[in-house]
Amino acid sequence: MTDDDARDLIRAVLGEVAPEADLDSVGPDETMQEALDLDSIDFLNFVTGLHERTGLEIPEHDYPELSTVEGCVRYLTASSG
Amino acid sequence: MPSLGADMDVGKVAKWLVSPGDVVRRGDVVAVVETEKSTIEVEIFEAGVIEELLVAEGEEVPVGTALARVAGPEGPRVTPSTSVPAPIPASAAARPASAVVEPATTSTHVDQPRRLVVSPVVRHLAERLGVDVHALEGSGAGGVITRADVESAGARLRDVSHSPLDASQPAPVPRGRPSPPPEHRAYPSLTGVRSSPLARRVAAELGLEIEGIPGTGPGGAIIEADVRRATHREASVVAPSPLGWSGEGEAPRQPGPAVASGTTGADTRQVAMRRAIGALMARSKREIPHYYLSTDIDMSHCVAWLERVNTERAVTSRLVMPALFIKATALAVATVPEMNGFMSGDRFEPSAEVHVGVAVSLRTGGVIAPAIHHADQLSVDALMVALRDLVNRARSGVLRSSEMSDPTITVTNLGDLGVDSVFGVIYPPQVALVGFGRVAERPWAVDGMVGVRSCATATLSADHRVSDGHRGGRFLSTIDRLLQHPEEL
Repeated sequence: MTDDDARDLIRAVLGEVAPEADLDSVGPDETMQEALDLDSIDFLNFVTGLHERTGLEIPEHDYPELSTVEGCVRYLTASSG
Repeated sequence: MPSLGADMDVGKVAKWLVSPGDVVRRGDVVAVVETEKSTIEVEIFEAGVIEELLVAEGEEVPVGTALARVAGPEGPRVTPSTSVPAPIPASAAARPASAVVEPATTSTHVDQPRRLVVSPVVRHLAERLGVDVHALEGSGAGGVITRADVESAGARLRDVSHSPLDASQPAPVPRGRPSPPPEHRAYPSLTGVRSSPLARRVAAELGLEIEGIPGTGPGGAIIEADVRRATHREASVVAPSPLGWSGEGEAPRQPGPAVASGTTGADTRQVAMRRAIGALMARSKREIPHYYLSTDIDMSHCVAWLERVNTERAVTSRLVMPALFIKATALAVATVPEMNGFMSGDRFEPSAEVHVGVAVSLRTGGVIAPAIHHADQLSVDALMVALRDLVNRARSGVLRSSEMSDPTITVTNLGDLGVDSVFGVIYPPQVALVGFGRVAERPWAVDGMVGVRSCATATLSADHRVSDGHRGGRFLSTIDRLLQHPEEL
């Protein structure tokens, strides 16, 4: 998975979890939960969405790595090889 | 038009899901109603046959307006059908219940059966006050029996008998309307189209027919991105981006009246929602003598337990902390029952059932607090499923009427937004609201030593007409105690 693939995937999943959110307003290293007003259920939906599309298990102790868009990109590209 | 929350004055029938002649059972979803806050699936509380729809799709009517005429199962116009339930015993028929319209009476000597029009909330009140709604003349529009009618009848009853609840009365039945079976019912799929309010607005702006657009949102609901994608397909100028989202896949927006009016529509809805919330909260602050308590809770057991449980689980069945908060609150009600129920007039009516309203903030602004039914009886896993489902549906805009009308206590959890504590405003006619702040590590003194623990601040806003600080404190300490043993929740 390339960085761009990962970014597209993240956009798509976030678009479903928070259709009203404006992803373009989130800086690459800004915490998504804060910037997009995601609560714990939203975040779980987000992780579930990533899991369903990639098959990755994404254990809970990896959640901190997923808090920013760039963190997610790194995580997805590294995990999916 | 049922009252779907104390802050609702009018509702619009967005879609009928039944037609005249259809046999309905109690709990069937018969219509989709749009309120200022949300889209609600209206369930019918009486079995029978739909005779006539009295309000057209797209029409907005005040709460209390009759939506449809339903013939009771014993009614003259019932068509023989195996799905018609057995006749209701006379005792039950004496206090029938219907969300929409009472079934026509079945007396054979009456040609034109009198229709009894009463909302579930008002009927609730009548049952609590021991008022027979059948004996009342409705003073509302179209003969609707209003809250005031019932309250004045209740006052007359009290004048006659000093103790309306004296021993000569039958033992109080568990209050509230008959509850659905405790097992979590599968969520019936709508024959209509589920779509988020934003998706509908965008579709309207773009002049698109929303039906027929494939939905990718929760439960197949149509979300904004789907509408945007559909625009691309319709335009068929550019190949649609498979992952197109509003950012990159922004539909060509023409400056023009269509866009302008769409924006105005959303603004109007925003304004209406703020007004509705404002009116309800003002009423709460005016009528309810709130008192507030707070306590810091050691959450380290919960944090450790969740971590351990979630490690073994697939993403889809993981738990979040709010599920534990809700379950602990629901269980604590058994110790301090005066937190759970409703004020009716100047009397508190405790509820035998625990339906926890969960405050869900809507991303477009506003907050809504639909209920998780029988939260005290659900396992944490079942509660988690219900919570996820409820939050997703609240945000994508499809809730059910019973979820809106019958929370008995509310839980709000603003901890996800990083605040330490929240002192909430009680939702009338409820009498308590429990707030949870964020779970964070704090210095914590135990046995003369200061250590670092995960903690959260729990707060209680409660109604002084019903309880006092001592009982409120007991309630919070019960929640605290329950959260020390998450595995037993």
